[in-house]
Amino acid sequence: MGQQVIPVEELIKSKKKPGFKYTPEEAPTEDYRDILFQLEKEGELEVIRVPEPYVEVTTKYGRKKKIPLEHTWHHKSCGQCGHIPGYSTSIFWLNRQFGFDYVDPSDQTSCTAWNYYASATSNAEAQAAVAVRNFAAAAETGRFPLIHCGTSFGHYKEVRHELLHHHDLRRKVREIMERLGKKLVFPEEIVHYSEWVYAIRDKIAERQVIDMKHIVASVHPACHYHKLVEEDAIYDPEIYGAQRTAVVTGTLKALGIQIGEYSSWYDCCGFGFRHILVSRDFSRSFAVQRKIEVMKEEANPDVVVTHDTGCVTTLDQSQFAGKAHGKKVGIPVMSDSQIAALAMGAHPYKVLQLHWHNTENRPFLEKLGIDPDEKWREFEEALEKLKRGEKQYLTWEDADA
Amino acid sequence: MNFDINSTPLDLTGEKYRDVPYEEKERLFNEIKADVRFHDVLYGCYECGVCVAACPSARFYDFSPRVIAQAVAREDVELVYTLMNDSIWDCSQCFSCDRCPRGNSPGGLITLMREVAVKNGLETAKEALEGYGRIIYKIMSTGTQVSPDMLQPNAFPDWGHHVNEIAENLDLWRRALPPETLHTVETGWSVSEKTIIELYLIWHMTGVMDMIKEIDEGLFMILQDVMEERLEDAGYDVLFDE
Ligand code: SF4
Ligand code: SF4
Repeated sequence: MGQQVIPVEELIKSKKKPGFKYTPEEAPTEDYRDILFQLEKEGELEVIRVPEPYVEVTTKYGRKKKIPLEHTWHHKSCGQCGHIPGYSTSIFWLNRQFGFDYVDPSDQTSCTAWNYYASATSNAEAQAAVAVRNFAAAAETGRFPLIHCGTSFGHYKEVRHELLHHHDLRRKVREIMERLGKKLVFPEEIVHYSEWVYAIRDKIAERQVIDMKHIVASVHPACHYHKLVEEDAIYDPEIYGAQRTAVVTGTLKALGIQIGEYSSWYDCCGFGFRHILVSRDFSRSFAVQRKIEVMKEEANPDVVVTHDTGCVTTLDQSQFAGKAHGKKVGIPVMSDSQIAALAMGAHPYKVLQLHWHNTENRPFLEKLGIDPDEKWREFEEALEKLKRGEKQYLTWEDADA
Repeated sequence: MNFDINSTPLDLTGEKYRDVPYEEKERLFNEIKADVRFHDVLYGCYECGVCVAACPSARFYDFSPRVIAQAVAREDVELVYTLMNDSIWDCSQCFSCDRCPRGNSPGGLITLMREVAVKNGLETAKEALEGYGRIIYKIMSTGTQVSPDMLQPNAFPDWGHHVNEIAENLDLWRRALPPETLHTVETGWSVSEKTIIELYLIWHMTGVMDMIKEIDEGLFMILQDVMEERLEDAGYDVLFDE
């Protein structure tokens, strides 16, 4: 390792890359909004508008993208809800702190893309129909879909491209939706939760109660966020001179966190879809050797921050085997939603639900002046109430008590 | 740095599949090309290797997205057949190769090739998906893929004692989640009955169950039973095996 020299320090230092200009003419595809609204005019589909209030951000080639602040319909992620539920709990907690209207629906399926990328036991029609069914369910509640998972986000961007460009696919999906008593609807924008966190990063920073200036974080940008349909990902000249996506890093910087650079930032996490389930040696080895060890050697961060289900899981869980092999591991892994919530004073166990994560995170909490023992005691007290049958579930009020 | 720890050398000579008739290989090749997405994923290939440099699987396996893009672009039917059997399942579907200067998506091309392999029940696809059936069952029957009750020590021994702790406290820890939809154990979140019925109808109308039948007859039958019964209860007369 370490032969590769990338002038990342310079990139970080220079606030703005000299002479940087967005180049809309270089965007690889036409503006999807133009096609969406044209198809709507022709009666082919209905567009779900981004509700007000929204924040305008800029994507890779300079297009403006509207990020809704509220009236959102939360498209959860099977991986995070199943194995790292603090990721989504933190997103909901942030919404509640700001008093934003949102809905956490049960009329929602997974995008099914994890399975699709793993096993290919699906097809373009099925994938598009699953997406549109979910979007139609969101429209029925009068709210706008906010996508929690990086893979769902990337996959839906691809589905959009396919639906907009293939008349036959639209016809088939429309027929399926008719059978379900639904319309072919599609959102004006596909919005990932980390874009929403980025859009409200200054509001979060205004309400920050935990000082994080002495914290170093390494960022893993999720492949399916910025590599799939690259033109629809947020880029900002203030962050890496717009040479990399600005989400996550922009949020961390707003919270005062220092960014720990490492050379293999573009590499994936090793998740691999079918690999994490049935070829696990690949996932473990890649996560440890190409990501965690490189971060440790080059930046020695206090925490790794990312914005996708698979990435949090792979980077976190793979460290156990790495440790057994004497590898340089031992960095806690969290989502930007968890870090943002923590900065605003959320409980590390009742809200961030850190006990579902594997790699030791107590030193990180201690460095922030949070006593993990005391917090765990508080959580255990809440658990005792559940055990005694005094309550069936931990409520949002309990989480903030 | 040598990461090539578990790789089996890829035999590109065509010897291995010499007995498979050329017409059969060509039929599968034409199926790949007939997919509506084909022209979005392959425009030709410069042989530049940018995709390989970015590819995680190329570091660990005898695997190259360049070879795959080249073989398909050159219409090398024999080589494509070999790759469809012995290479495509190594791909991690990360789409790092989407930075191809020619505008290709080798990863997207691989997705299409995998679909054709599954649809045609290739033995190598069955092997690649061995042990994966329970996941297909979960996603197709419940609408969520990874459920909390999958966190069992025997399923994830390499994640250490932490998994035991979760398994032991699963029900309690799930009840200690403030969002109401997350109190579930057998699904990622609670999915309403109406939603599941709509999902089953989608599987039925898009022929996905036919793919499952090709790849795993036993799984097909289990899914068929579950889905047909719930659909019937909901007033639908739907058969997956017509
Ligand atoms: S999608 Fe597949 S071929 Fe492309 S970079 Fe990722 S692992 Fe390699
Ligand atoms: S990056 Fe594109 S053009 Fe270059 S070898 Fe790979 S597929 Fe071919």
